[in-house]
Amino acid sequence: MTTTQTRDDASQDVRPDPARGTPGSGRRPHENRDAYLFLAPYLLLFVAFVIAPFGYGLWISLHEYDYSLPEKPWVGLDNYTGLLDGTSPYAEAFWDSMKATWIFTVLSVPLLLVLPLLVAMVMNEKFRGRNLFRAMYFAPYVLGVAVVAVLWRYLLDSNIGLVNHYLGVLGLPSDTAWLTSQPWAWISLVAVTVWWTLGFNAIIYLAALGEISPDLYEAARMDGANGWQRFVHVTLPGLRPVLLFVTSVTIIASVNMFGQSFLMTQGGPGTETRTAIYQIADTGLTNFNSGDSTAMSMIFSFFLMLVSVLVFFLFRDREPEGNRR
Amino acid sequence: MALTRRQLLAIAGGAAMTSVVSGCGGSTVPTIDTGSALGASYDGPPVTISYWHGFTGGDGPAMRDLVDRFNSEQDRITVEQNTINWAQYYQRVVAAIHAGRGPDVGAMHLEQLATQAARQTVNPLDDVLEELGLSAEQYPEQVWNAGVVDGVRYGVPLDVHCLASYANRSMLQRVDVSQQPRTGAELREVLDAMTAAGLETPFWMPNRWPAHLMFLSLLWQFGGEPYAEDGSEALFDSDAGVEALSWMRQQVEDGYSPDNVAVDTQYTAFKNGEGAFTWDGIWQVNDLQAAAEDLDWGMAPIPTIGEKPAVWANSHHLVLFRDRSPDDDRLQAGKAFIRYLTEQSAAWSGAGMIPARNEARETPEFTDSPQAALAPAIPAMRFLPSVPGVPDVQAQTLETAVSEAILGRLAPDAALRDAAGRATKLLQANLDKFGR
Repeated sequence: MTTTQTRDDASQDVRPDPARGTPGSGRRPHENRDAYLFLAPYLLLFVAFVIAPFGYGLWISLHEYDYSLPEKPWVGLDNYTGLLDGTSPYAEAFWDSMKATWIFTVLSVPLLLVLPLLVAMVMNEKFRGRNLFRAMYFAPYVLGVAVVAVLWRYLLDSNIGLVNHYLGVLGLPSDTAWLTSQPWAWISLVAVTVWWTLGFNAIIYLAALGEISPDLYEAARMDGANGWQRFVHVTLPGLRPVLLFVTSVTIIASVNMFGQSFLMTQGGPGTETRTAIYQIADTGLTNFNSGDSTAMSMIFSFFLMLVSVLVFFLFRDREPEGNRR
Repeated sequence: MALTRRQLLAIAGGAAMTSVVSGCGGSTVPTIDTGSALGASYDGPPVTISYWHGFTGGDGPAMRDLVDRFNSEQDRITVEQNTINWAQYYQRVVAAIHAGRGPDVGAMHLEQLATQAARQTVNPLDDVLEELGLSAEQYPEQVWNAGVVDGVRYGVPLDVHCLASYANRSMLQRVDVSQQPRTGAELREVLDAMTAAGLETPFWMPNRWPAHLMFLSLLWQFGGEPYAEDGSEALFDSDAGVEALSWMRQQVEDGYSPDNVAVDTQYTAFKNGEGAFTWDGIWQVNDLQAAAEDLDWGMAPIPTIGEKPAVWANSHHLVLFRDRSPDDDRLQAGKAFIRYLTEQSAAWSGAGMIPARNEARETPEFTDSPQAALAPAIPAMRFLPSVPGVPDVQAQTLETAVSEAILGRLAPDAALRDAAGRATKLLQANLDKFGR
């Protein structure tokens, strides 16, 4: 991506310059003030819509909180301990939903990282109708989750769905219960999600591929590198800054999966495809147990932060600052 | 008088605060108030009231007509209606009332009345029954009593609706049967005759909606109860429950139903002429009339599979909402509107419902409707107990157990035992929560 690339170049230009000194030390107060002024509009929104609700959520999670009831007693950490030691009536459902979220993420993220890359590499070649194919792969992404889910719910219906009908026409087994049995429910949810969001990652990859200088490929060829070696030593390093972005965004999107299972499987069979967000929404918004559901959200966010840190750690700059290419 | 900048700011700030507070109403919680007595008609100043309901299906146009008629028949009250899918209705109503921006009048399912009363959204109506012109003898006993929670009435009945057995008549004719089976044995006979005649899978068994309504009906038929009357315990894992659920699963195992029938599939299939019987709510009448013109269908009470006739039923009740700053004119207008709607019970038959009012069930509007066939089943109708939180608990426990068993993933007794255990825990938590 252009922006990432320019920022990298700029930092390379600036950092080695000894005249500037270490950042911050030589700044006069009004520079700080100007910086905060420029940040102010965003900070204001960030505080109003992220920090403040987070603090309020934390506060709610320490109460047995149902806003429609007169009493909202303080329970301290009971909501958390109840979920952690299994004494809360919601504990089992919550941890099942965390497990479901984990399964979905593990199944979907690798596919959503690899398949779009393959698609992007094909799209990056020059051939007739390239733009048409680019548009086709991106098209499902513009649909809302409700459209996608209801569409596929009918297509995948085990008794009256088109998918089974055509499998039958082709002489293949036509009685697969795509949405009401395991592992098919997970396979369907993952497949639909990949079909739906593949285009987004592909477009990002495509832009990054376009940024890799042809000179590098030419140089690699001169050194006798074959296609695979060019991919490993030129394409992948060139994609690294974008990979961090794509990986984190994809993980966050997968972990937040809700609409697909809500609409396609109703969390079923049983409650096996009930994801964490599904459970939190159900507990808090449908059943008004805001205390329990905010405690769930906090535990859920904690895990999400852990995963994000892990991703940043994996993609961190392994080479010392001065030796960058 | 000269003001300093500081004083001016203080005054402006104070004014802003006052307007915020008064804008949100006088009290921070909804107040019980049913207004001053309503006479023969509302004669206060012109007023606009808002009416919320969830009639989004075939019942929507019928309600719209009633509201339009009310608005045109008198000129002091204007009713603005807001239709919200039932699935979101109960969350929205609570939020709106507590924010001081709630509606004045609403329709509600009766099993929600206890929950809504605990959530302080609905007004007690015992003192205004006379003004509304309503009394017990106008209604079937169990429907009338269902509007009472802990000795206090919160709703007045508009209609009753229940599960019904829909049949594809042309399929019945193929096996020379003229009317729907009335017992489990008769049903089985017909189903066997149909499969013998090459009609595969005549009775589709859904794993989700309305599967739990079928289960509840059968549970009652076998003599069980889903919950303890006081809401302290889930009882649906009794022998009766296991028998009921086993029977449902049996339909799949005996090949009368395909396996893995997903949400809405059984109904879509029936509409498309697949399957001879389907059990669904009577509100589907309008959809079948509108969207399945070439289907020759009929409806009847569900057969008695268990020991005695029983069928899941529900009822739409009209409620008068509380407000943080009650307004006497709006309350009176609300009561006038409720009175009008209960008087128009017969016209409400057009929604596919059974009017709750006895006299309305003798009018041609109702007796000519398809659902008139179900009126004899009224004594067998059973309702969920009036306990706060039961609908939410049921969605998380009983419904998934029914689904697991019908999909053949768990044995009926194991599925029910596990779900009932969880349900009891949730019910206990609710007792604590709502009992405070």
